[in-house]
Amino acid sequence: MTLLTESASDNVVQKTKQNRRNPLSLGNTLRLAFLFASSAFVLIPFYATVMGGFKTTGELRTQPFALPQHWDLTYYKQILSDPTLWTMLGNSLLYSSLTIIFTMLIASMVAFTFSHIHFFGKKYAYSYLITGMMFPAAVAILSLFIKIRDFGLLDSTAGVVLPQIAFGLAMSVLFFKSFFEQLPKEIFEAAMVDGCGYTRFFFTIVLPLSTPILATVGVFLLVGSWNSYLMPLILLNSPDNYPWTLGLMQFRGQYNVEWNLVLGYITITIIPAIIFFLLAQRYIVAGLGQGAVKG
Amino acid sequence: MSEQATSSWAAFQGWLYKKNVGGRLTTLMFFLPPALVLFTLFVFLPVSEAFYYSFFKWKGLSAISESGTFVGLKNYSQVLGHSVFHTAVLNTLKLIVVSLVVQLPIAMAIALMVAEQNRINAMFRLVYFLPFILADVVAGLIWRYVYDGDYGLVGQISRFFGGDGYYPLADRDMAFNAILLVVIWKYTGYHMMIYIAGLQGIPKDLLEAAKLDGANWWQTILRIKLPLIKHAIQLSVFFSIIGALQFFEMILPLTNGGPSNATHTIVTYLYQYGIVRMKVGFGSSVGVMLFVTCVLFAFMYQKYAMKRD
Repeated sequence: MTLLTESASDNVVQKTKQNRRNPLSLGNTLRLAFLFASSAFVLIPFYATVMGGFKTTGELRTQPFALPQHWDLTYYKQILSDPTLWTMLGNSLLYSSLTIIFTMLIASMVAFTFSHIHFFGKKYAYSYLITGMMFPAAVAILSLFIKIRDFGLLDSTAGVVLPQIAFGLAMSVLFFKSFFEQLPKEIFEAAMVDGCGYTRFFFTIVLPLSTPILATVGVFLLVGSWNSYLMPLILLNSPDNYPWTLGLMQFRGQYNVEWNLVLGYITITIIPAIIFFLLAQRYIVAGLGQGAVKG
Repeated sequence: MSEQATSSWAAFQGWLYKKNVGGRLTTLMFFLPPALVLFTLFVFLPVSEAFYYSFFKWKGLSAISESGTFVGLKNYSQVLGHSVFHTAVLNTLKLIVVSLVVQLPIAMAIALMVAEQNRINAMFRLVYFLPFILADVVAGLIWRYVYDGDYGLVGQISRFFGGDGYYPLADRDMAFNAILLVVIWKYTGYHMMIYIAGLQGIPKDLLEAAKLDGANWWQTILRIKLPLIKHAIQLSVFFSIIGALQFFEMILPLTNGGPSNATHTIVTYLYQYGIVRMKVGFGSSVGVMLFVTCVLFAFMYQKYAMKRD
């Protein structure tokens, strides 16, 4: 519900604010000075990275800070015309979308049974799934590798996606359950009286009402699976199946000293992430807020 | 079929029918298993098997019954006696301390500065949060460039002061500090966002009342804001510590554990000595210790630190 009240409270903050702070006071000047300096610290590496892709190695070496002398597109063209880049971005897209779709479906279904159906052992089943949040996948990565190999899924899409779904369940179930529990009880009772069963109630009423939480969880799952590195590293062998994170490290190994190419490659791979972030930021913020306010 | 059997069958059917009102059982049958089966297969079993494997010397090439040798606790004693593991644990502790003592206060200071809603603050928030969305390997690679003594910004700066190219990442004593700076660069914005969410949830009349009572800026922060966002602070402390315990990917492009093994963390140690060398038993014993640490920490933290008052 924080989502809905947020904009209203924003206005209140703004109003109380306006007649309080003198914009030229010493405190405010110091505050802005600190904010600008620290923002520069955050942004300079980004700036240098993006510019690096336009420079020759020689220019990069003498002028890492400055704008490029001439905007040389050769390196970006070289990177973009490399088909392996597109294969890897495509692989990442495939793994991420499968992970998100199935994690959200499976997690929301099980969270619904926890929030709306009474059954024996519910508390234990819930605690069992939630423990998954407490430790990183790294603790079991070797046995996971053996397991995937025994299933014959090494170097396959299913072999990467299934463990990612399994490790993403805990967080998603936690978010979904607390959201579903807040849905008004009256809807559920009315649906039951009208003879709507649990399954239909879930798909036709609960899910459509849950778009805010679906978006938030989806965004977090996407960031996680788009950036994932360790699992694909262990579970995939052939470069044709690599996601872009592995491709980037491979590219870096190949062009070890040609920083301009590496920086250009980084720039191209972070652009989708930044665009996505700008589009989805309210869901990210909502998710963090939900954790911070309610836990 | 005897009459008794028929009637108890009918009773069973009736019972089932009653239990299945609204398709309750059918729904459970379809909704529960996918999550439980996937979690069991790919999380629970691997973790349990890691416990089992950790007592073996095994390269993982064929079944453990064929090529594994039971060695008891030898893997554990080897790990615990390995000086590189000591460095890894120390570095992980250092990461935890710096996160709590340096990073979180900075995040809080920034959060207090930009929590008010206006255009310029929104822009600052965006900037601070930006590094968080990068993959750890990307952040590591960008800073590998920044720290490059020849091409990068550090090279430029050291030449400006008349020195030779300085490589902080090749300097045993500096390398991990340089990594800590990247951690602060990447994760401060995330903790800031958690705090801002907490700060925006503080009722405005409380702050007004404090002001009327003559509370100054510092008192307002110390007596009202911080106590009221206790929950956000507890949460960010929890995430900092769990994050530090599993910190790994950023180190690969930065130093890969070097120079001379000075920058390992627990997970890079596991990666370097367990995964790269395919020592399943040895690596699993590191994994088990990490697992036990994480779970013990999580339970203790929830029991003692997160207690609601």
